[in-house]
Amino acid sequence: MDLKDKLLSSFIAFENNIDLDHPVHEVRSEAIKNFEAKGFPTKKEEAWKYTSLNAIQKVDFSIFPRQENTLEYKDIKQYFLHEIDTYKIVFIDGVYSSYLSETTHDGVDVCLMSAALTKPQYKAVIDVYFNKVASKNESLTTLNTAFSKEGAYIYIPKSKAPKKPIQIVHLATGNEAALMLQPRNLVIVEENAEVQIIERHQSLTGNEVFTNSVTEIFAAKDAIVDYYKVQNDENTASLIDNTYISQKDNSVVRVHTFSFGGKLTRNNLNFYQNGERMDSVLKGVTILGEKQHVDHHTLVHHAQPNCESHQDYKGIFGENSTGVFNGKIIVDKIAQKTNAFQQNNNILISDRATINTKPQLEIFADDVKCSHGCTIGQLDEDALFYLQSRGIPKKEATALLMYAFANNVLESVRIPELKTRINKLIANKLGVRVGFEL
Amino acid sequence: MLEIKDLHASIEDKKILKGINLEVNAGEVHAIMGPNGSGKSTLASVIAGKEEFEIKKGSIALEGEDLEDLAPEERAHKGIFLSFQYPVEIPGVSVTNFMKTAINESRKARGLEDMPANQMLKLIREKSEMLEIDRKFLSRSLNEGFSGGEKKRNEIFQLAMLEPKLAILDETDSGLDIDALRIVADGVNKLRGKENAIIVITHYQRLLEYIVPDYVHVLHDGKIVKSGNKDLALELEEKGYDWIKQEATV
Repeated sequence: MDLKDKLLSSFIAFENNIDLDHPVHEVRSEAIKNFEAKGFPTKKEEAWKYTSLNAIQKVDFSIFPRQENTLEYKDIKQYFLHEIDTYKIVFIDGVYSSYLSETTHDGVDVCLMSAALTKPQYKAVIDVYFNKVASKNESLTTLNTAFSKEGAYIYIPKSKAPKKPIQIVHLATGNEAALMLQPRNLVIVEENAEVQIIERHQSLTGNEVFTNSVTEIFAAKDAIVDYYKVQNDENTASLIDNTYISQKDNSVVRVHTFSFGGKLTRNNLNFYQNGERMDSVLKGVTILGEKQHVDHHTLVHHAQPNCESHQDYKGIFGENSTGVFNGKIIVDKIAQKTNAFQQNNNILISDRATINTKPQLEIFADDVKCSHGCTIGQLDEDALFYLQSRGIPKKEATALLMYAFANNVLESVRIPELKTRINKLIANKLGVRVGFEL
Repeated sequence: MLEIKDLHASIEDKKILKGINLEVNAGEVHAIMGPNGSGKSTLASVIAGKEEFEIKKGSIALEGEDLEDLAPEERAHKGIFLSFQYPVEIPGVSVTNFMKTAINESRKARGLEDMPANQMLKLIREKSEMLEIDRKFLSRSLNEGFSGGEKKRNEIFQLAMLEPKLAILDETDSGLDIDALRIVADGVNKLRGKENAIIVITHYQRLLEYIVPDYVHVLHDGKIVKSGNKDLALELEEKGYDWIKQEATV
């Protein structure tokens, strides 16, 4: 049975375990119909030209874990930003782990999607927000919607901010030979509220894991959201991350994506600006080797005047790795005075590495500033000579320059301990001796 | 210390150096002057080992050892330092971290351990004070957004930190106001000693009032066409380079 058929039949089993009378179930039923009609995207579709899901579909994934698994914190501590106190929403093989988590209802809600989707007190919020910004056509998003049951639910009321950052961590034990996960996250940040979230998916063995995740983020007027995605998974773990963001007046949403590992990673990052004077920031550092593949598909839709967006993605590709950057910016006719900035710079350090980069601008307004630039190159020879002339050997100088190239994107990271962590990850990945703090 | 014999160098088949002979002994300061395009900066880059230039003929030796097959970093480890005419901006690497890396790599090449952190800090403090460099400046990205003068002062700071045997100053005076020039020259003069040598490449004689040379050479069309003592620099300042060019054609 291929994966699509398996998923369709699993949906019937899934329905036996959920409340079919809940209004969300109608949403799920619609979604599975869409997935059934569309199936997995193929390379024939423009948006999937450079990323193939064929190999994934040949794997016999378990759609639900057979048993509940446990882990000791000491064994997985390294995957947490443990240097600081945080709220934690932790899942083991897709199942919530209460003893590894630290949730709260103290002024803000940092808890579970399963609760939000079933308990009456959340119904009003779910009615307004659930599946409201996520696509109802894109097949993988609808696949996730169909199976939406568990994930992180974060609600920050007006003018509130949680005391500490929130970590969403998905761990895969490898107790299943191959496991598919479909977390569903909902983040609502009300007027003038603020939140910082770190998300990570980590497989603990070499067994296959395929995660198809959907996150919806709603940033109300004057809200500030910082979302950090740390992607440094095993070479047998694939991730499709579908993130949809709806922004209102004066809000600022920054998403940083750090892609250092995994077998196949696809980031569909979609910003919808539904107000004025707001800022959307999309930044990414991608450093790959071996046969790793990362595909960044970004969309920023400017629908109102006087808004800004800033995209800056840096990529370093070694060995047989492949990268894709497709950055789409839509500026509606009424979205005058838009300032949209997009940059994608890449360095290829191997003859066998590939990068496909494509800016896609659809501008219907006439008084806008839209700049985009993409570069693919080697390192600056003059800079290399300068470092060498100070006694830094070519190999180290090369690594140092790549490090500086990537590191530059970290300036906007607002959690210092996370910045240090990412710095170290970058240094390790590039083999730079960083005997200093930056 | 440095011995250059009949050096011919080209870039992309364009001949730039056409038979340079130069001997620099320990304790000496040599000035190389000449009009634009005469090959001054090329000579500096070739000594430092820039790979774009191809040595067609002749040789460069430091303390008797031929440099041709040595990479730029190996030349640096042997004690050659080039102060760049146009220092490269490197965003993301702070001046301090760059200096730490440079010093420890040089120590590693000599089989030494990393310099202890407190010693490093002391050295940085001492040298930056000597060059009147603000502490804040040291945590900024290397040369990024520096003014012309700041870049040059930063080059001399690196020179002071690395204490090379042979320092080549390529147009270090350009971009410096008179106060900065004095500070930079004082820094260079402190390095002068029996064991070290300095080559000052300059277009004008202004810097040579502060770093007084033992010898002055005039480079024209890839060759040294005239050598003399410091008075030659004054003569050039007065008469310009045209008479040298004429003399050279005759």
